[in-house]
Amino acid sequence: MSDHGTDLATTEHGDEPQFPLPPHHARLSDTDPRAAKAAEMQVAIMFGLSAVLTIAFVVVYFAFPTNHFLDLGPFGVVQTSNFLLGITFGLAVLLIGLGAIQWAKKLMADEEIIDERHPVGSPQADQDAAAALFQQGVDESGFVERKIVRRTLIGALALFPIPLVVLLKDMGPMPGDSLDHTIWHKGSRIVVDVTGKPIKPEDLDIGTLVAASPEDLDKVQEVEGNQNARAKASIILVRMRPDEIKSQQGENWDYEGILAFSKICTHVGCPIALYQQRTHALLCPCHQSTFDLSDSGKVVFGPAAREMPQLPITVDSDGYLVAQSDFQQPVGPSFWERS
Amino acid sequence: MSVIVKEAGKAISRADERAPISSLAKANLRKIFPDHWSFMLGEIALYSFIILLLTGVYLTIWFKPSMNEVIYHGSYAPLEGIPMSQAYASALNISFDVRGGLLIRQIHHWAALFFMAAMIVHMFRIFFTGAFRKPREFNWVIGGSMVMIGLLEGFAGYSLPDDLLSGVGVRIVAGIIESVPVVGTYLMFFIFGGQYPGSDFIPRLYMVHILLMPAILLALVGLHLVLIFYHKHTQYPGAGRTNTNVVGYPLFPVYTAKAGGFFFVVFGIAGLMGGLVTINPIWAYGPYVPDQVTAGSQPDWYIGFLDGLLRAVPSGLETYWFGHTWSWNVFIPALVVPGILFTLLLGYPFLEAWVTGDTGEHHLLDRPRNNPTRTAIGVMAITFYGVLILNGANDIIAQAFSVSFNSVTWFTRVAIFVLPPLAFIATRRFCLGLQRRDRELLLHGRESGQILRLPHGEFIEVHTPISDVEKAKILGKVEYPVLEAPAETDENGVATPGLKGKKRRARWSRAYFGDSVAKPTPEEIAEAEHHMHELHDHEVHELEESGKSLPAHMD
Repeated sequence: MSDHGTDLATTEHGDEPQFPLPPHHARLSDTDPRAAKAAEMQVAIMFGLSAVLTIAFVVVYFAFPTNHFLDLGPFGVVQTSNFLLGITFGLAVLLIGLGAIQWAKKLMADEEIIDERHPVGSPQADQDAAAALFQQGVDESGFVERKIVRRTLIGALALFPIPLVVLLKDMGPMPGDSLDHTIWHKGSRIVVDVTGKPIKPEDLDIGTLVAASPEDLDKVQEVEGNQNARAKASIILVRMRPDEIKSQQGENWDYEGILAFSKICTHVGCPIALYQQRTHALLCPCHQSTFDLSDSGKVVFGPAAREMPQLPITVDSDGYLVAQSDFQQPVGPSFWERS
Repeated sequence: MSVIVKEAGKAISRADERAPISSLAKANLRKIFPDHWSFMLGEIALYSFIILLLTGVYLTIWFKPSMNEVIYHGSYAPLEGIPMSQAYASALNISFDVRGGLLIRQIHHWAALFFMAAMIVHMFRIFFTGAFRKPREFNWVIGGSMVMIGLLEGFAGYSLPDDLLSGVGVRIVAGIIESVPVVGTYLMFFIFGGQYPGSDFIPRLYMVHILLMPAILLALVGLHLVLIFYHKHTQYPGAGRTNTNVVGYPLFPVYTAKAGGFFFVVFGIAGLMGGLVTINPIWAYGPYVPDQVTAGSQPDWYIGFLDGLLRAVPSGLETYWFGHTWSWNVFIPALVVPGILFTLLLGYPFLEAWVTGDTGEHHLLDRPRNNPTRTAIGVMAITFYGVLILNGANDIIAQAFSVSFNSVTWFTRVAIFVLPPLAFIATRRFCLGLQRRDRELLLHGRESGQILRLPHGEFIEVHTPISDVEKAKILGKVEYPVLEAPAETDENGVATPGLKGKKRRARWSRAYFGDSVAKPTPEEIAEAEHHMHELHDHEVHELEESGKSLPAHMD
């Protein structure tokens, strides 16, 4: 076997095939004029029907407002406009295609034709000529002899993309330590996520799970003009019997069996919502990471690698649940600078 | 000459004075394309892409790519008065207040699913028939790149409406970007314009979705088609087909009607589905809020295998080295493994060319059985993909079959290593069996089911020779010789250059083709034919002589 490999093409150019092309079989429409006429009619009907449906499409467009609905029984209620526009448009277009294909299959010549292939590459003469022309160009430009021109050009071209990259710098701010903090702070009141009401310990029964957020969340969002604060600060509150708590991330971080955990999965950041009261398991609906809230929020199954961060809580002088401090570790997915 | 042709002729000659239309037409109008249903798969992808461009333009007329908060006051009553991003509100507006808007939106989404499915199945066809071999390696790389870009483009597209389902997908992608060692956090902050979710992401994604990636795709589609046109289409082996001809029907009129008509068929089906089958009902998910999620969230199917990979990772794969966090549990499944998979995919033609040492042009396709190792590699890859895509729905499967998702995930963790090799072995054996059957058919003909009793009492089954068309199909097999490693030194005692590489290649070659079933030689065929005729004559002769034993038909 040479280094240049082998050519395993089964035939040389101009070779006859070992077996000839089988003879052409006439179709019914080739031999029977009535069959040909029938095929012609089929094609014409499809094209004609398509035209009618296109007009129907326009009629439907103007006839049905988008707030008109149609009850299709077992298929449910549909928007009439969309339903009829889809049928008329779809069929109108489909029939053009089916008609054309039927025409080709039944009426157009269907005898197979043999075409010769030509070698894909350029003929040797062209390759030589091209090489010579290239050489001529190189010589005329002096690209080889004029080293200083060549090298400075290469240097300039190598640097040329730099501005294009530098210009991207302002796509975003530097991360700094922004991922390490949330808006929770000592004394932030914990409010129910939907209603915004502050929570007293007696509002929570054993076994309940409540989605909650810091009281000043809306204000911060107003100022920042985005949802960044919410994406980090959301928590869940669960209450279990104090003797069910096997461990916590810090001493007395609970309040009478009420525990607060981040709602953002430590895997890739999905909000977590599924809680199994009996096992105290918190399950992420995205990738099924499972955390045991009675045992420091540690991972018991799934791809997450880190425990769910716990927020230390207590009550304020009015008896409402508040944070003792911010989270003691960054919430959400891992990142490089996280130590 | 009919009026139509005359008028067209006049128009062409006027145009011809400005561009060489006639020369182009002369060279290409009767260009021959071979006919086979499997050649239609790429067409579906192409036509879906055109439909995507058309419907996409319509959607941009009404869509507002902004994350600014607005209060919804549209026709969809359940969301009345709810704060949401302008992107989501405008997507609702397209669905409920623009006539035909929902139709266009749903055609766009269905066409995207067709596009990905057709590209991937088309790729299977190219792979299993060896159509990627010289001179088409580059077109394989272009096609594979389009699958990759299509995947990202699809993700970008379904994320734009900023509904609760897609927003969670974006959150996941942000988490994945953060997992990149060293630069991850910076990348995330640059892409999102700060912390997640910020207010820049949707507008930026919009630019990527409607400008950057379609432009790249369009360029690649163009290049792909030019190369197909230039190389001329491959064809299956068969009577009248050689490696240096192309047998089929002319571009004009047959393929103009069939392929042109097929565009309308694809568009028509997409239109019917857009009207009749709901896809991505964003109104049912609600607007994206970063601390909400829907249970059983699933990406579009073509992202499913990546999600399945992410879900299969066991806990605890994160390390803290040198004061930094290394999120192997995310980085490896989400970025490293897909990177390796696509590298293997794009590189396969070059690997196989190296193994075979073959530098010839191939225009005749392989039947998958005739290259058992390649076919087995393909089935192995599909099995791997299949296990992952199923695991991407592990929660749905768990619910539907009332098993725990833990068991489904554990099944995946084991199956991902066990099933692909089993599929490889089984496929390879299956292909070799088919090769043996082909050889059998050539040499001994087909079992006719007729049992004949000869006068001396022997029972034989009559075999009928196969037709020339069938013979041509079987004999079209390209046989790759097993490469032998050269001697360590030549006759003068000089060490062979590149010995190690050549030895390695010989090992691969043996693994690939070592147990291939040899195609019968012309002598073997001639002898077998002679034998069959003799037997046949003998039987007829005997029958005539005895006049008694009649062939008994058996099923």
